[in-house]
Amino acid sequence: MPPTIALDVIRYRPERNEEPSFQTYEVPFRDDWVVLDALNYIKDWLDGSLSFRWSCRMGVCGSCGMMVNGQPKLTCAAYLSDHQPGPIRVEPLNYFPIVRDLVVDITEFLRKLTKVKPWIIRDQVWPVEEGEYRQTPAQLDTYRQFSQCINCMLCYAACPIVGLEPEFVGPAAIALAQRYNLDSRDEAAKQRLKILSDHAGIWGCTFVGECTQVCPKHVDPAGAIQQFKLTGALDALKSLLLPWGTR
Amino acid sequence: MTERLTPFLWILFSLGGTIAAFLFPVHLFLGGLAFPLGWLDAPSYEALRGLVQHPVVRLYLFVVISLPLFHWAHRFRYTLYDGLQLYHLTVLIAVLCYGAALVGTAVAAYTLWNLA
Repeated sequence: MPPTIALDVIRYRPERNEEPSFQTYEVPFRDDWVVLDALNYIKDWLDGSLSFRWSCRMGVCGSCGMMVNGQPKLTCAAYLSDHQPGPIRVEPLNYFPIVRDLVVDITEFLRKLTKVKPWIIRDQVWPVEEGEYRQTPAQLDTYRQFSQCINCMLCYAACPIVGLEPEFVGPAAIALAQRYNLDSRDEAAKQRLKILSDHAGIWGCTFVGECTQVCPKHVDPAGAIQQFKLTGALDALKSLLLPWGTR
Repeated sequence: MTERLTPFLWILFSLGGTIAAFLFPVHLFLGGLAFPLGWLDAPSYEALRGLVQHPVVRLYLFVVISLPLFHWAHRFRYTLYDGLQLYHLTVLIAVLCYGAALVGTAVAAYTLWNLA
């Protein structure tokens, strides 16, 4: 008999269940299979009613993030062979409301993301005929790392502050704000600092560092937040010492 | 109020953390390993006494004692606040933690100032 492995998967169908509960599925074990392959096997062969998000299967789209044995992971990159002998616990991302089974409600996340104005803002926009806004490779390198975020929300599921303080803007959004602050074409760092200089923003972070640990794209959100804090602290210091000069 | 103070408390926290990370290991190595194990000749009491006569050494000791206390205060405050989730005691916790760091700083300043 070919080897199998068990998956304990959270099921929640709001029209039928009061509470989420685990259901166990036995799937074929293959060395080259990831948890997402196992979930698709369940969907195709065992239980078509199982709901979960996925798209690219290659760590680019950021939609298949789930808790695998309690750790936030992209299920397309979590190999079954790394979780032997099983059972493997598959749950929706921590701290997000569940819509159905493994699908979470990301409305709040999207609100937080747009709150930090993650786009290039300029005081004066050049007319198109003037050409593009040029950037040197060195200028690109200052923010490139923070621009690799795929919005997979693993960092939110890993951050204990997100769990404790629902208003906390969170790692990905702050890292993205810092990405635009560091972009030589952008001129809105002051606006973003104003938005994020409170306990729902940068000062809510207590530098646990889990966001950076779980980030599948090596964005280092914790580093971005600490950089942002330094900017915020120096700005506060400046307005204390030179109250007339900073506004 | 705490919102406006936070950046300044964080500056003390990060300075204290940097000092603790870079300088404490040197002191621990010298005082905890190198001198007692005889890897290096330990300075005499009189030599150290002479060293702390210099104002720069006193300033150094003051900084090395005071700022890490604020690092501890900030860290411990959030350990109590988030770790034990004592949200209703937030003001008391802040006052006790930063207060302890202030007291430690005052004692260090007083002692170093009055060192004969």
